[in-house]
Amino acid sequence: MQLDPLPLDPWVLAAIAGMALATYFTRFIGYWLVRRTVVTGRLAGALEAVPGAVLTAIIAPMALATGPAETAAAALTVLLALRLPLIVAVAGGCLAVVALRALI
Amino acid sequence: MTASVSLRRGEFAAGAFTILPLLVAVVPFGLLLGTLAAQKGLSPLETALMSATVFAGASQFVAVEIWTTPTAVVLLTATALMVNLRHVLMGAAMAPHLRGWSRGWTYGGLFFMADEIWAFALKRGADRPLTPAYYFGLSLPLYLGWVLTTTLGAVFGGVLQDPARYGLDFAFTAVFLTLLVGLWKGKRSFYPWAAAALVAVAAHQLLPGVWYIALGGIAGTLVGALQGPAALKEVTDAA
Repeated sequence: MQLDPLPLDPWVLAAIAGMALATYFTRFIGYWLVRRTVVTGRLAGALEAVPGAVLTAIIAPMALATGPAETAAAALTVLLALRLPLIVAVAGGCLAVVALRALI
Repeated sequence: MTASVSLRRGEFAAGAFTILPLLVAVVPFGLLLGTLAAQKGLSPLETALMSATVFAGASQFVAVEIWTTPTAVVLLTATALMVNLRHVLMGAAMAPHLRGWSRGWTYGGLFFMADEIWAFALKRGADRPLTPAYYFGLSLPLYLGWVLTTTLGAVFGGVLQDPARYGLDFAFTAVFLTLLVGLWKGKRSFYPWAAAALVAVAAHQLLPGVWYIALGGIAGTLVGALQGPAALKEVTDAA
């Protein structure tokens, strides 16, 4: 019984189904609400700001409020990204964070 | 007919090529999530099912963190809803780029709207029309990679104990920073982003869980609403 690699507990399944439905709901409802709207005025300004605002909110605690190593690595990543391909900037940022954490 | 097939192939390949660097960054996180899930007593099949049906990294990490036996179904569902609230804003921002898509592509495509997919899709949409082929070129490799690596992590639990040692806990921050560099539009971006950053940092200090993402996102969006739409002059200057 304990060796079975593929057990499926009904309550675990129910939790997974709940999580899946909740997640899909959040993914389609925003689109569904504005799908027929011709977006103008303040709503256009709001939606234009969404991508930057959400991305900034996700990274702000790590980039600004974790420690000097993370903040310096974040600044370096931005500088690299101004000139170089995405993957180089990302690799540079990760290497910098390891080095700076060891130093600071 | 053949021309449109090869066009679609080209779009799919372009999407897949764009997501490739991110796929590399996802591997350690998938392995780690699978490992953590196994430690909480989830079987590899259950872990695979979760990744395949939820496909939302952040909320899956939170779920595994708070997972208990017996399973708290309502708590886990409510937590997934809260962690993923940002998708509501993101989906609204996607809407202009999905005009002309069939209903099936639209609602099927929205299932895959993870942060990274969404960010790359909007980046594409800023330059040229976003096609379903490009969007699924972004989505399918990341989806398959996520399901595969989380399952492998659950099978061979403990392969990866500490991604921070390799700076990998910083990888997503770095990816999003490079995307932000591409989104920057000078003063128009400054005030919404500053508001988002301030509120997110404050909420991260003061509130438990991941409220900081939704609150920071809403704060930045409200500042964007106060600014109103871009004047035609600014749009043409930026182009």
